[in-house]
Amino acid sequence: MAVQPQTNQTVATGTEYIVRCKDVVKEYMMGTQVVRALNGVTLDIVRGEYLSIMGPSGSGKSTLFNMIGGLDKPTSGSVFINDVDMAQLDAQELAFLRCRTIGYIFQTFNLIPVMTALENVMLPMIFGGLSTDEAIDRGIELLKLVGLGERLHHKPSELSGGQQQRVAIARALANNPQIILADEPTGNLDLRTGKEIIELLRQLNKEQGVTIISATHDLKMIDVSDRIVWIRDGRIDRVEERSAIEVHVGEVEGTPG
Amino acid sequence: MKKAGGRDVGRLQLPFRVAFHISMQSVRIRFWRSVITAAGTVLGIAFLVSVLTAMMIQQNSGAITDPSEKYRMTWLVIMSLLVCLVGITNAMLMSVTERYKEIGTMKCLGAYDIFIVELFFIESALVGFIASVIGWFLGVFAVVLIKLFSEGFKVFSWISPGEVFLYLIYSILIGTLLSVIATIIPAQVAARMPAAAALRVEV
Repeated sequence: MAVQPQTNQTVATGTEYIVRCKDVVKEYMMGTQVVRALNGVTLDIVRGEYLSIMGPSGSGKSTLFNMIGGLDKPTSGSVFINDVDMAQLDAQELAFLRCRTIGYIFQTFNLIPVMTALENVMLPMIFGGLSTDEAIDRGIELLKLVGLGERLHHKPSELSGGQQQRVAIARALANNPQIILADEPTGNLDLRTGKEIIELLRQLNKEQGVTIISATHDLKMIDVSDRIVWIRDGRIDRVEERSAIEVHVGEVEGTPG
Repeated sequence: MKKAGGRDVGRLQLPFRVAFHISMQSVRIRFWRSVITAAGTVLGIAFLVSVLTAMMIQQNSGAITDPSEKYRMTWLVIMSLLVCLVGITNAMLMSVTERYKEIGTMKCLGAYDIFIVELFFIESALVGFIASVIGWFLGVFAVVLIKLFSEGFKVFSWISPGEVFLYLIYSILIGTLLSVIATIIPAQVAARMPAAAALRVEV
């Protein structure tokens, strides 16, 4: 693992938090039983940081990720994005937030199968009100940025996994989001392609200053993350700064999930 | 449905042209699924048109028609259209379940519920339209062929082209409407799909 010593002072602006979770509790009903997936999580995410949420399956990692991404609402406690309480937003405001403020990247890429690479990247821009011409120009620019300038008009089925994930990254960037949420972005990729995708995400994080929040099992992520939040049994087990992490890699390797 | 004009801050939009394009591609790429959905409409419309054509031929041939026959046929046609309605709903519901990830993704990209409804309605209207034309053709063709065997070439003098063309208009209207009505429930199911569905992974 090539460790690039790099501090993130350039993007972090001190007390500016882009996401704040306060005592977030999430309960689900499983039949008649109440299952507590998150049990009081408080977490502040700094603007411009690369944060990884790690933890075994069933730890509440995905639930926390969904809360931060505006995909689910907490049972109690609150999540603020840009100091706006997510619980106060109605469906249309949430949709607007998802369109303009957050870019999503998925484990299974989730390109719209009926649309070409370029059309996929254009869709959030069209939703956001850009004209077709503007969207085409920016779409091409973004696909070039992720190294797919040659495959604009390919359908997702004609692209490899790594290429599909690149298109998905370009799509996530479409409306200049402040946050990119990546759910296991390397989970369906081989080692080398996964590494390329992680490097691309890191590069975007540094160059565009976009905050990246990623839920992952992938230990390759440790190299690039500014902070890693370990979730266990619905609570934050520990938060590690990158500088302190290398030591733990060996010990973590055996974690189930 | 067209929201191209006003670009008010905080509102997202799906221009009709884009929605139409997506729906059209969706029908093309999922061709066999669309064929199954269309089959209901094709058969229902074919039956309707065959009954109409047969009655027209009988009337023009001067044969005496039993008035109770007309009621019986109307009843049968309505029943067959209802059955085909249920068939389309079923096929569309399956199609929605198959596409949960796509729908969830659209929502993550900012789609309002109404965008999803719009996409499904356009898609079903398209399928309904094409299916109606095919159904109309099959209905007329089948009856003319049968009458040709039983009555010979004089059958052609009993066909009024204007009337047959009118059946095409009826078919398209009824077939498309039927298809859209059958999609109301599936489209609602699709629109209620949470954005988080995009993250679901089958194990």
